[in-house]
Amino acid sequence: MAVTIDDVRHIATLARLGLTEDRAAALVAELNTILEHMDELAKVDTAGVAEAIGVGAEGLPVRKDAGPPIPLARSIDAVAPSVRDGFFLVPRLSTHESSEES
Amino acid sequence: MTAPSCADLRADVAAGRATAAETLSAAIRRAREVDTGADRLNVFVWRDDADARAQAEALADRLADTTPGPLLGVPVAVKDNIATLALPTTCGSRILEGYVSPYEATVARRLRDAGAVIVGKTNMDEFAMGSSTEHSAYGPTRNPVAPDRVPGGSSGGSAAAVAAGIVPLALGSETGGSVRQPAAFCGIVGVKPTYGRVSRYGLVAFASSLDQVGVFGRTVDDAARGLGVVAGHDPRDSTSAQIPVPDYTAAAGADVKGLVVGLPTEYFPASLDPAIRARCDAAIDRLRSLGATVKEVSLPHTSLAIPVYYIVAPAEASSNLARFDGVRYGLRLTGDGLRGMYDATRSGGFGPEVTRRILLGTYVLSAGYYDAYYRKAQQARTLIAGDFRRVFDSGVHVLFTPTAPSTAFPIGAISDPYEMYLSDIFTATANLAGVPAMSLPIGRVGGLPVGGQFLASHFDEPRMFAAAYALERALGGEAHA
Repeated sequence: MAVTIDDVRHIATLARLGLTEDRAAALVAELNTILEHMDELAKVDTAGVAEAIGVGAEGLPVRKDAGPPIPLARSIDAVAPSVRDGFFLVPRLSTHESSEES
Repeated sequence: MTAPSCADLRADVAAGRATAAETLSAAIRRAREVDTGADRLNVFVWRDDADARAQAEALADRLADTTPGPLLGVPVAVKDNIATLALPTTCGSRILEGYVSPYEATVARRLRDAGAVIVGKTNMDEFAMGSSTEHSAYGPTRNPVAPDRVPGGSSGGSAAAVAAGIVPLALGSETGGSVRQPAAFCGIVGVKPTYGRVSRYGLVAFASSLDQVGVFGRTVDDAARGLGVVAGHDPRDSTSAQIPVPDYTAAAGADVKGLVVGLPTEYFPASLDPAIRARCDAAIDRLRSLGATVKEVSLPHTSLAIPVYYIVAPAEASSNLARFDGVRYGLRLTGDGLRGMYDATRSGGFGPEVTRRILLGTYVLSAGYYDAYYRKAQQARTLIAGDFRRVFDSGVHVLFTPTAPSTAFPIGAISDPYEMYLSDIFTATANLAGVPAMSLPIGRVGGLPVGGQFLASHFDEPRMFAAAYALERALGGEAHA
C-alpha cells in the first residue's frame, strides 16, 4: 500500500501537525519507502494467531482505576504555558469571534 | 580510559578514603573536559554542578549509617527522558525546552536513595527515536572512541558518559535497542532488563509496551550493581512486576560449565560483516572453552522484527505524544485559534524523525489500515515471542548474538530512515518479546568496538549476568583490542 499527498494531509490533520506543502510532499516519499518494507508482513500467515496484548510473563496486569496520590514538588503554574486560578488557559476555538486566550 | 568502578568508588567513600564531593568533582572535571575540549562530545544537555555538589555534601551524614547505600558517592548520569526534580527533562526535544518535572522518576529516586549523585542529564535522539543520537534538538553526541562517529542511540549521551570515563554508571532507556546498540558502539556494557523488571514511572513514554529503563556500566559488575538498585516493583507503574530482585552481582564468579548457549542462525546471516562475525566466533570459542554447551538454534520470525517494531512503536508513539499540545507543559506557539495553536506547537516543537513516526503511527492506526498493519504486526509479535519461548523451553539457557550489524558509523553517513532503522535488527526482538538482553564488548574491528549480546528468558537476568561475567573475565583485555 502507498500513501498519497491527500493521505499525508489527512493523517497530519488527525495528528494535529501543521505541514508545509513541501514537507508534505517529501513525507509522501519518505513514508512510502518505509511502508514498502512493512508490506513484508502481508506475506506472513497469521491465521489463528492472537494479537500480542502484553509482553510480560503474566500478560497485561490490571489494577484498580485509582493510583496512589502523586506528590508534586512544584505547582502546575511552574510548568504550564498559561494558567489562571488553577485552570489551564487555551486560545478560543477559531469558530468563536476572537482567538485570544479564554 | 581506565576509571574507577562503582564498587571501588563506593568502597573508598564508605571507608573515608574519599568523599562523595571529591568523586563528584572528578566527574565534573572530566565532563567539562569532554564537552568543552577539542572533541566536544556533547554528552550532557543539562547539568547543575552546584546542586550536584549539595547532593554530594549531604551524603556525609550517611557515613554513620549501618547501610549507607550500595552506590554511596558514585556519580551517575541519567538520560534526558527520565524525570528529575533538579534538572530539566526535555527528551532532546525543543517541545519540552525548559520543562522541569514536578515529580521524580522512581529510578532517579532509587539512585539517590542508594547514595548515587546525579551529575547531569544526557543527550539523546529526540523522544528516543533514533539509533545515532544525531536527532537531538541540542546537537549530535560524538563517540568517545572515535569522535567523528556516532555513539549509537538513542541513549548515546549516557553511553558516551560512561565510555569517556565521566561516570561508571548511567541510565538509558530501551524501546528497540537504545541501550544495547550504543553500548556496543562505545565499547561498554548495556543492559535491557525484562519488561516489568524496572519501573517506568517518570520515564517519558515513547512506546509503552516496549519501553524499559536500562543501565550502562563500564563493566558487567557496574551494570549489575546499577540494575540491582533500580529494579523492583513500584505501585506507580502497573506493569512493574511483583517479583523479588536477586543479587545480580552474585553471578560474578559463577561457573558456566554446563550452561547451554544457543546461537540463533538468523542473527548470523551470510551478509554479516565477516570481521564482526570473527569477533563473535572468538567469543563463542571462549564460552566453549569455559565448559558451556554451544548449539545452533532457530528463531524463524526474526526477519519480521523491524517491520513489526516500526509499526507497533510509532503507533504507540502517536498516542503517547498527543499530550504535547502546548496546553499543560512545554512549548506553546501561537496559531489561528486553538486548532492553530496545536498545529503550530507540534510542528514547531517536534523534529523531522518524530514527525515522521507520529504520522506513520497515525496512518497504521487509521480506519482502513488498522487490520493490514497494526493488527497484523501484533499477531506477528506473538510469533516472535513464541520463537523465544520455544527455544528457552527446549533447554537453552541463554542466546548469544552480535549486538549490531555494524560498528559505529560516521556522523551524517546514514540519511535514509529505513537504513537507520536496520541498526536495530538484532536488538528489537528482545523488546517485542519482553525478554532481558545485554551487550558487552568482545573486541574491536578497525579500532572500533564490537558488542556481543546475551539474551535470556523472562526474569532470568541472573543467568544472563553469569554468562556475561564469565565471558568478560575470559576475554580480559581482548574485549577492548
